[in-house]
Amino acid sequence: MTTRFTINGRAATSEAEGDTPLLWIIRDDLGLTGTKFGCGIGMCGACTVHVGGRATRACITPLAAVDGAAVTTIEGLDPQAAHPVQQVWRELQVPQCGYCQSGQIMQTVALLQDFPQPTDADIDAVMAGSLCRCMTYVRIREAIKKAAAAMAPAAAPGASS
Amino acid sequence: MVAGAALALAWRPALAPIAPPPAASFAAPQIARGAVLASAGYCATCHTAKGGQPYAGGYAMETPFGVIHSTNITPDVETGIGAWSEAAFGRAMREGVARDGSHLFPAFPYEHFSRLSDDDIAALYAYFMTRPPVQAEAPRNTLPFPLNVRLLQAGWKLLFFRPQRDEPRADRSAEWNRGAYLAEGLAHCGACHTPRNALGAERRAQAYAGAAIDHWIAPPLDASNPSPVAWDVDELVAYLSTGVTRYHGTVAGPMAAVTRGIAQLPPEDIRAIAVYFADLDGAAARADATPAAVATALARSAAGGDDAGAPLYAAACASCHYNGADGVNPLRPELALGSAVHLDDPTNLIQVILFGIDALDGAPGVVMPAFGRALSDADVARLAAYLRATRTDRAPWPDLDKKVAQVRATAPGAE
Repeated sequence: MTTRFTINGRAATSEAEGDTPLLWIIRDDLGLTGTKFGCGIGMCGACTVHVGGRATRACITPLAAVDGAAVTTIEGLDPQAAHPVQQVWRELQVPQCGYCQSGQIMQTVALLQDFPQPTDADIDAVMAGSLCRCMTYVRIREAIKKAAAAMAPAAAPGASS
Repeated sequence: MVAGAALALAWRPALAPIAPPPAASFAAPQIARGAVLASAGYCATCHTAKGGQPYAGGYAMETPFGVIHSTNITPDVETGIGAWSEAAFGRAMREGVARDGSHLFPAFPYEHFSRLSDDDIAALYAYFMTRPPVQAEAPRNTLPFPLNVRLLQAGWKLLFFRPQRDEPRADRSAEWNRGAYLAEGLAHCGACHTPRNALGAERRAQAYAGAAIDHWIAPPLDASNPSPVAWDVDELVAYLSTGVTRYHGTVAGPMAAVTRGIAQLPPEDIRAIAVYFADLDGAAARADATPAAVATALARSAAGGDDAGAPLYAAACASCHYNGADGVNPLRPELALGSAVHLDDPTNLIQVILFGIDALDGAPGVVMPAFGRALSDADVARLAAYLRATRTDRAPWPDLDKKVAQVRATAPGAE
């Protein structure tokens, strides 16, 4: 059965079996390798993409489930890779090995939609499913707060500071 | 002689076949109204096989009695209802008798449709007779003898079938009565939400008390619904028109198609259905309790607990289901408020954990992944037990491991 969805704003179709993990389609068929395979059981967050704007673990999302949906990967977050979260990530040199970082960034963007000024409790709860074996957690937390400040309405261009 | 009388009652004449009426013989507004009614009655859900042509039948319904296949209701003369007059269509809808005089199985909810007005029947007829005809014979049913004897369905009707007529209640508003007409008739809510007796008839004394259906639990729609916050008019309107509510999660399972259908009704009709059920579940009397119930739920979720399920929950669930102290985000369904963790039966919770919710169902465009391949039965059971213990004050679910295995076995394609 044909599955139709959009990926980073472009129409995509797949003839793969409906129970194929979305992650396989994204990496192997669509060639978008920014999204990583981590644990394969939805427990580490490395494969996080957005489906309908919500952070979603691609490794346990069946292809059939995204029929008609809009999928965004790290490649599609911003055309210049300059989403405020990505900018802060570079500024603070958050990644070490980098493997988990596209997932961390996608999860952070989703976090800030729901919690524009997240508390530590909010960050702990929402980010706990995104593991980093280099232990960059301190910098991740700092980056989240900095990105939240950068994205706050008061920080928008033209606003008084 | 008694047998003779019964037989006389059982025998229904065939109605004369007709040449399919030309599409031009129906008025466009009537066809359009029929389309809306067909959506709100979600006829296509049962009358379309998986991957098949709309309304061409062949959908297999698993019943406690065997598999029954839905019929072809496209206007094909040989295999559909092309030769059916409006009178034959109306008789089938209201009395469960096919054009040839044979009795239909009550899997077709004619009991409910017996309430439909003449105008609504005519509009549905106009709609179906103007669909593209599809030649498709329904597969054979697997009902064992003697259940497969259609004449015996007459006995069932004698025992259980009480044709309903729309009799508005003078002590209720026009809106309530409109809601009752739609809910009891076209939308046939009771077909899933009312428990059935051993012979498959709805137990009227327990109307809307909730029932198991299609490997899911159709929760109670009366005051016994276990959700901490009452289903009030606003929540019901949100659910029936968008599938997403603030305090009751999103639509899932077989209900998703129902919601998509009902959402096609005009807003005032959706509101009428909501008014009817909000009255049935006593929402007004519980309205004052909502803030406290929400606060309790959020406090329970925040406390979390530290049993074996807590780390699993933190890794697998919290990134989407966590709500801050400020309130509930409808796109972060608050598990402590949803019926899934509060029902006596954990089936719905297990279904959603194992198989997820696809973009079409639930919140439109949003997906819950399927943890079935990722988590063992023991892990799913651990999660369910954890949520039951920490998000409710109800007794633990017994035999969760076994239950998870049972639900897993209901997966499409599972043996």
